[in-house]
Amino acid sequence: MSTVPDTTTKIRFAGDGTAFDVTGVQWIINPWDELSLTRALQLKEESNGAIEKVTVISVGLKETEPVIRKALAIGADEAIRIDTAPLDAYFVAKQIAGSIKDDGFDIVLCGIDSSDYNGSLVGGMLAEFLGIPSVSSISALNIENGEVSVNREIDGGKEVLSVELPFVAIIQKGVALEPRIPSMRGIMMARKKPLNVKAPVEADSLTEMISFEQLPAKAACKMVEEDNVKELVDLLHSEAKVI
Amino acid sequence: MPGSVYTPTDYFQIDDLLTDDHKIIRSAIRDWVDRSVKPVIEQACQEHKFPVYLLQEMGELGMFGPFIPEKYGGAGLDQISYGVIMTELERGDSGVRSAASVQSSLVMYPIFSFGSEDQRMKYLPGLASGKMIGAFGLTEPNHGSDPGSMITRIKDMGDHYLLNGAKMWITNSSICDIAVVWAKDDEDIIRGLIVERGMEGFTAPETHNKWSLRASVTGELVFDNVKVPKENIFPAIQGLKGPLMCLNSARYGIAWGAIGAAMDCYDTALRYAKERSQFNKPIAAFQLTQKKLAEMVTEITKAQLLAWRLGVLKNEDRATPSQISMAKRNNVNMALEIARESRQILGAMGITGDFPIMRHMMNLESVITYEGTHDIHLLITGHDITGFEAFHQ
Ligand SMILES: Cc1cc2nc3c(=O)[nH]c(=O)nc-3n(C[C@H](O)[C@H](O)[C@H](O)COP(=O)(O)OP(=O)(O)OC[C@H]3O[C@@H](n4cnc5c(N)ncnc54)[C@H](O)[C@@H]3O)c2cc1C
Repeated sequence: MSTVPDTTTKIRFAGDGTAFDVTGVQWIINPWDELSLTRALQLKEESNGAIEKVTVISVGLKETEPVIRKALAIGADEAIRIDTAPLDAYFVAKQIAGSIKDDGFDIVLCGIDSSDYNGSLVGGMLAEFLGIPSVSSISALNIENGEVSVNREIDGGKEVLSVELPFVAIIQKGVALEPRIPSMRGIMMARKKPLNVKAPVEADSLTEMISFEQLPAKAACKMVEEDNVKELVDLLHSEAKVI
Repeated sequence: MPGSVYTPTDYFQIDDLLTDDHKIIRSAIRDWVDRSVKPVIEQACQEHKFPVYLLQEMGELGMFGPFIPEKYGGAGLDQISYGVIMTELERGDSGVRSAASVQSSLVMYPIFSFGSEDQRMKYLPGLASGKMIGAFGLTEPNHGSDPGSMITRIKDMGDHYLLNGAKMWITNSSICDIAVVWAKDDEDIIRGLIVERGMEGFTAPETHNKWSLRASVTGELVFDNVKVPKENIFPAIQGLKGPLMCLNSARYGIAWGAIGAAMDCYDTALRYAKERSQFNKPIAAFQLTQKKLAEMVTEITKAQLLAWRLGVLKNEDRATPSQISMAKRNNVNMALEIARESRQILGAMGITGDFPIMRHMMNLESVITYEGTHDIHLLITGHDITGFEAFHQ
């Protein structure tokens, strides 16, 4: 589970444009991870005790704990925080793999990407490091009579797969309708749930941020009368330079 | 997945004064308001209909009596949590916040504070879950600001009380399962009692044609020889102090709630002013618009600090009724002024239901009147600082 800036955050970059300016930023659970958590909790509830617990794991510094607490308030049974900054996808996947490889899990659910850097890499790498299969772009995840099946979005339709455990489920839209809202009681109870802090494992990061750039500000919109096709074509050619 | 465009105001980093739990609570209620209130509330107001099903959802999420101990179905949260919930609810609509205020502060609070253990166990869990809805009857047709002169009475009949009288302007009246009613006994002492729907002689007609709090039920409670069992009277309180203590709790929540309505108006006006151009410039670039917006953010910031400090005092059980009066009066008036100014910034668009401003503005006309009018709160402050009581001539 990763911690990302709220979707309404105004993005600014610090100093020379090599770092994201976090001043005043509100942090939230990465939306895909929130959906994954919601589905995991539903599966646990439907399983009549067959699913023992739902654990959230996050790589991040202490500042991310409020967001992890929210996941506990929503209903996760316990949380693990690996105490290091998430440097890049390779590093994060190594950390998670290092932490959970001996934990006896059945399914690792992770979002298809994180809404800040949109890397879409951690899930696949994690499966590789754990030596287990992964299925990407999952839009439905079901367990019936112990059989696990998933739907995948493919070009022009969907694919239904049956999968063996354990595996990494890379989750996108559809797996749950809406993320769950924590209740006030859930928030109180989350205080008493375990949030275990683990030391990071030895790992490299393979990338380096060179610079960030803002999107160019949106230019004013030009209106062309509906019957004036010539002007439109001229503008597209000479001003927008797209034809 | 796009969230709402709403950007909360926090000009003085007051967030730093909140705990992580407060922030989680706020984001939970904010998400719920975006999901369940915002999409339906405009039409509900236009149609003058309270979406009653919302009460069930609010109960499930624990918005009723959040400060009531877990043993009775509450969440055992602190007063700032309660305040934060109110702010977020009122960003949605003052009517929805009113329902929560009444249930939490005017019904659950007195049952918890003045009720017997049996009364607590019988009513509080149902009220907390939203399965049972409560109302609070203090105001009468001829006794509003001066509730001490009420004429609703209970007569001791030996094994029960006989209740007669009428209450007016009562939130949740026609949808309530129980009502906490204040009435005078044979010795002219104000007592509180729990009246249940279905008791013979108890009716609760709704008041129609309101231009304010249209998505909230308001009505009368009429008692015509209602037999109330003796075990329904509050054992632990006598006199006007009882209802006034309830009002303190509700007014405290309103001081926080009004900030939500103000922030929604300010946020809407700020965004609109940056997007709307006249004379070849965004209207936000004109000094007069900036004066309006700059004053709004200043007033919101002051109100936030007032509410936060009051919350700290309330957590320590040190908030005085006069301090609560000041905060309620200031913050509601602030919100109403901001609603009016914001509406002007939106020009003609401001009067439509495409934006929340006019709805907030009309709602706030009730909020500035109920729970002690704007002027009555001023008299409370006046009394407190001068020692002279100016209610009676
Ligand atoms: C939508 C709505 C919901 C409500 N919900 C509830 C509820 O759930 N339960 C409940 O018990 N009540 C409720 N009320 C009633 C509310 O509390 C009263 O309306 C309020 O106390 C004012 O009483 P009044 O309307 O009788 O006005 P009045 O007391 O008649 O006052 C009229 C005006 O005279 C002024 N005034 C009065 N006395 C003085 C004085 N001494 N000096 C100077 N000025 C004075 C007031 O400030 C006001 O401007 C609700 C009201 C509304 C509008």
